[in-house]
Amino acid sequence: MTKRSIFHPAGHRLVYASANRYGDPVKIPLPATLTLYAECASGDIRALAAKPGDALTAGQLLLAPDENVPALVAPAAGKLLAVEDFAGDFGRSCTAFRMAADAEGPQDDTFARRAEKPSLEVLKRFLSGIPGAPPLDLFGDAARGRIDTLVVCGVDSDLLVVTNQYVMANRAADIKRGVEILRQATGVDQIVGVVLRDRIQGFGHLGMELRAVEPRHPAAMPAKIMHDVFGRTVPAGSECRDVGAAFFKAEAVAAIGRAFDSGRPPASKLMTLIDKRGRGCLVEAVLGTPLKVIFEALDIEIHDRDRIIIGGPMTGSAVYSEDFPVQTDTDAVMVQDGADVPLYSSYPCINCGECVRICPARIPVNMLVRFLEAAQYETAAAEYDLYACMECGLCSYVCTARIPIFQYIRLAKHELEHMQSLEAAHG
Amino acid sequence: MAEQKKLIVSHAPFWHDGSSIHERSYHIMGAALLPALAGFVLYGMPAVGVMSLSISFAIFWEFAFTAVTKRPLTIADGNAALIGMLFGMLLPAATPWWAVVTGTFIAVIIGKQIFGGIGSNAFNPAVLAVAILMVAWKERFNFDAAYVNYSFGFAAQYPLGVLKHFGVPATRIFHLGDLFFGRQTGGLGTGCGAALVAAGAYLIYRGFIRWEISLSFLAGIFLTAQIFNLADPVRFGGPFFHLLTGYTLFAAFFLLTEDSSSPVNLIPMLIYGFCGGVLTILIRNIGAHIDGSLYAVLAMNMVNPLLDKIRPKAIGKVL
Repeated sequence: MTKRSIFHPAGHRLVYASANRYGDPVKIPLPATLTLYAECASGDIRALAAKPGDALTAGQLLLAPDENVPALVAPAAGKLLAVEDFAGDFGRSCTAFRMAADAEGPQDDTFARRAEKPSLEVLKRFLSGIPGAPPLDLFGDAARGRIDTLVVCGVDSDLLVVTNQYVMANRAADIKRGVEILRQATGVDQIVGVVLRDRIQGFGHLGMELRAVEPRHPAAMPAKIMHDVFGRTVPAGSECRDVGAAFFKAEAVAAIGRAFDSGRPPASKLMTLIDKRGRGCLVEAVLGTPLKVIFEALDIEIHDRDRIIIGGPMTGSAVYSEDFPVQTDTDAVMVQDGADVPLYSSYPCINCGECVRICPARIPVNMLVRFLEAAQYETAAAEYDLYACMECGLCSYVCTARIPIFQYIRLAKHELEHMQSLEAAHG
Repeated sequence: MAEQKKLIVSHAPFWHDGSSIHERSYHIMGAALLPALAGFVLYGMPAVGVMSLSISFAIFWEFAFTAVTKRPLTIADGNAALIGMLFGMLLPAATPWWAVVTGTFIAVIIGKQIFGGIGSNAFNPAVLAVAILMVAWKERFNFDAAYVNYSFGFAAQYPLGVLKHFGVPATRIFHLGDLFFGRQTGGLGTGCGAALVAAGAYLIYRGFIRWEISLSFLAGIFLTAQIFNLADPVRFGGPFFHLLTGYTLFAAFFLLTEDSSSPVNLIPMLIYGFCGGVLTILIRNIGAHIDGSLYAVLAMNMVNPLLDKIRPKAIGKVL
């Protein structure tokens, strides 16, 4: 819960944080066990590179990527303990790999041998699962349309999060090298870095053009960047790649650069950690580290009824366990005290119009929510611009009646997708 | 797993700006207290009595309705109290108790609850109730008759009545400054322009009401009254006279701006307010009623859903 000051009636807290105030990252030591999640059903996995009980080398490929299966690399040497199914958000099937980690273990050198000449194939095979989760699958697939712009995001799309801002400002050499490699491997000419407007001064030569975004949420969300910075509007229901843009986080680009320089895929993830008082700091942990280990290292106590959020306060997602691991796209971890958790109400919309005025996509949210509450998802999509939503979370943030509008929107999109897949399956 | 902590999971966002329905209601009531106090000073205890009865019965009707229909108890959100307060402020201070009880019943039950409760009412509940009472017991809303036993230190005729029946020359007994500072008769909380403007400015500044509606309503009043006044300065009053008399300022800051019955998009808000002002003056000048603002509010409430269809195209809309 945030409190509005009488002198700042509208949203003075919606400005992105500055990485300058977060200090340097705290390094978390390698924990005894790591958990890695792959977003695919275990049934889709054709061949496991290792069986439970097998020894692993650092950088060993656990899953070779294909159309159904993402790439997965062992972040450290050790032993594979178990491969388990579990259900992710919205019931997605995922597979969890648990492994024991050994800091002294051997390093896999397959990548080093192939890294002489950067090619898209090498990138896709070995570097899809590095920190920052580069969307390499957007390239080399003719059916998906051509990508003509590669955006390197030196901004983070949520409040208080500064991970990519920090990387952009502090790892210039890695980013420069990463940009060169991407330019060579993907053949995309237009590579553009985006940074916050008030920090655009002071960046050295990064080998790409730099453009600025406003420091106010949701200006740093990809769809909004496309609209404001590039003048390309992402049509409702489409994604940035449909207008020819691929968004790479600065951390991913830096990790690609570092991988080719060092001959091993980086496994250390930089994150913004936001404590119960809303103060942030940067931490660096190996992929797969359970959050519990990070909280212990930083003396953050978790009690019953607290909330752990992967991501920032506006768009993150709450997890149910302290054992949840650091993943390639975990840019932030936020901890919220039970007493600060704002509760939703069962009130209907009172038509105050706050959401309509704050919506960056100009959606008639007051009308939309009436249809969503009544589960009229098709009308909501056809007449009230459901798919124009860029999921910034502002409507729920300002809702006077405390309706979980953002949740309704996500649910509606999910239900419609589900209906369409059922229709496709049954004719 | 036995020592697994029980964490709260819910959907983003995890912050809220702290606004709420009860905050909104209580702030509007707090602001309304200022013009109400001006009424209490002018009319004395009878005004306090009408107001107290009105607020408490509005709460009672809401409580009774939620109890009978087995819905969650909603009186804590302050909306019923707010309806009762605005209803009370519109009444003459000499209104009998049974009219207040009936009026609050109409406002809360017929005006709000049977439409589906908060957020679903098509008309402003307080205005609907006063309009029905005005039709039912017309003589109770004759302000000259209501205040016959009072002796004020100023011209005590109802200004709009004087204008309607005797024309502009007869209104020379009223000074604009007096009218602005509440030295006029009318609804018990609607007479003091200074207090209403101060309350309205506070509500606009804090964002509890939408300035587009209030200001365009006042602009509509001003322009239309000016045009009529230029056409026939003897029959039709000037714009400032219309702004400061009757329910004009109260409608601008407390009635038209009711959330559920007003539009939320910019252009509809401007049209809604402006047309409300035009209608008010039309009814006052060439209609049958002395003060048209309540009927203007109801008429605009009625066209609100249509007006609010004028909206900007969503970014990325494919058509």
